[in-house]
Amino acid sequence: MSHERTNLSSDNDEIRSLNMHNVDIDFDINLEEISKIEGAASLSIKVRNKSVADLKFSITEWKRFYTQAIKGKPAIGVPQLVDRICGTCSNAHLLCSIKAIENAYNIKPSYQTILLRKLLYYGLIIRDHALHLYIFALPDIFGKNSILDFDENDQVQHKLLEDTFAVKEVGNQLSVVTGGRSVHAPLPTVGGFLKYPNLFDLKNLKPKLLEIRPKIMDLIKIFSNSFNLELKTDILYSGLESDDFSFIEGTIKTSNGQVIDDKDLGNHLNKTIIPYSHATGYKLDGEYLMVGALSRLNLGKENLNQKTKEAIDEYLSKFPSKNIYDNNLAQAIEILHAIDASIEIIDNLQSIEPEPIIKPDINSLGYPEFISGSNNGSNEIPNQVRDDMGIRVGIGVIEAPRGTLYHKYEIDDRGMVKKAEIVVPTGQNQILIERAIKEKVEEMVVSNSSREEIINEAEKIIRAFDPCMSCASHFLKVKWK
Amino acid sequence: MNKKRIGWFSFTCCEDSTIIFTELLNTHYKEWLSKIEFVHARILRRDEYPEIQLMDVAFIEGAISSDIQEQKLKRIREKTKTLVAIGSCAVTGSPSNQRNFFNPENIVEIKEILDRFKYKEKVLKVSDIVKVDDIVPGCPMNEQIFLRIMTKYVL
Repeated sequence: MSHERTNLSSDNDEIRSLNMHNVDIDFDINLEEISKIEGAASLSIKVRNKSVADLKFSITEWKRFYTQAIKGKPAIGVPQLVDRICGTCSNAHLLCSIKAIENAYNIKPSYQTILLRKLLYYGLIIRDHALHLYIFALPDIFGKNSILDFDENDQVQHKLLEDTFAVKEVGNQLSVVTGGRSVHAPLPTVGGFLKYPNLFDLKNLKPKLLEIRPKIMDLIKIFSNSFNLELKTDILYSGLESDDFSFIEGTIKTSNGQVIDDKDLGNHLNKTIIPYSHATGYKLDGEYLMVGALSRLNLGKENLNQKTKEAIDEYLSKFPSKNIYDNNLAQAIEILHAIDASIEIIDNLQSIEPEPIIKPDINSLGYPEFISGSNNGSNEIPNQVRDDMGIRVGIGVIEAPRGTLYHKYEIDDRGMVKKAEIVVPTGQNQILIERAIKEKVEEMVVSNSSREEIINEAEKIIRAFDPCMSCASHFLKVKWK
Repeated sequence: MNKKRIGWFSFTCCEDSTIIFTELLNTHYKEWLSKIEFVHARILRRDEYPEIQLMDVAFIEGAISSDIQEQKLKRIREKTKTLVAIGSCAVTGSPSNQRNFFNPENIVEIKEILDRFKYKEKVLKVSDIVKVDDIVPGCPMNEQIFLRIMTKYVL
């Protein structure tokens, strides 16, 4: 077990101050780099006298300051830059950013564009959830370090190793065909697609989608009966709900019955500075907040594709669920939905028309030299943009694989970004993740669990939330008091 | 045949090349896994050793933002026969180095974070710090070039 050091005696001053210090029951855990998650995070736990004296879950990715970097850049070019925030869910950032800018210019994408974006997105859901479930979470269930350690001679394990790559590949192909690439898809743009997929290629994906469907049924069965952790802490589940469970459209709803307008979300989220983390945490109206697959299933399971609902009725009855590990089950169910919904769209597609891209009003968006009369005939670009007029605000909210993603841009009358705000799912879950680990570790300390058992359990809990550190750590201006 | 000992390390970046690598495994895993031992690859397994181990090839993704990262990169260089920089941030520094080009107003906004977590003054590309034997450019890395590099050094 690497990156993890016992530190029984280095903290002498502190230990001396605890008169009851006992090396048999007091210990420190310091996991510097947790494996099998997206990005870098660390966990430190200090146990004194059979109680958790301190516990810190920190996101340790180094910031890249995207919200500062896009200031002053043309809004039209922002989606392809901000999708570099995250490698795994880049297409979520891409579509969320496009949505925000389209909203700023009141652009309504065509029906065909929306269908193709949904297909691109279902590809993301399949490959991203599959990465988490097979490569990150499944080894915990089988007591292995890695999916690569699965026993080739064991029928079940051998099949799961093959399923891992077969499922991921179909999700990958769906994104490649619709978006040009599964990571940082080059084809989707504000107002449409730069190039349209070939209908024949899309139709060819149907048999492949059907082929992985039984594999996902097996996966759902495995995750329906894995681990259990229900927190004593009350949790507010939040997410976008839409009629067709499409992830990229819908209305923000919460488990206490609120419906939140996109533009009001910022007023409900309570930003919390975590001094030891490179990322900002959030609560919602002061409550512990959870976003992601579990929240989506808790709030809107009736919107899943009809075929999905018919196939897994017995598992759907578990939702709404308070078991944190059902986030894994919910992700597996969402893969099935993404397969069934994709097949439905592909079946209904008769043709793909090369539609023109709907461009933002050129008088408002674009480079300053194109703005007629704005600078009195001078070729100089004005340095100051007046705040009192011409500022557009665009907000995009979608469900990223790990939960609600929010992009907000203020765009000036030259089409340049003046201010940007991005809230990612892992930021919203960060406070709850720490809370969940703390509750479980406190219980384990009392029941005399070993240090190794605690480490395993804590890592498992973190993985259940499927956090994405790349996303979480690259934004806001932070002030520590 | 002894398996080649491989390390995959991510520094400051979005880890898109890690994702492309796991997608390439979809169709190549049978061949690769018979020839590769993943000594370090946090995305695939928990490291079994506390220190950086000897490797045949180390793949380095991401730019370098801090002294801690710089020291780790140097340790990797000492332990690997071949070092390959992977993806745009490792090869050129961009876009993870965008703060290098911030105006004074933006620098003021982020200064508190830079100071608190001891960021380097400038974000560096991998070859600013260690000798790089080969590169796979692209954002994400170019798959075809990566496959050629695999053939050249690993398979």
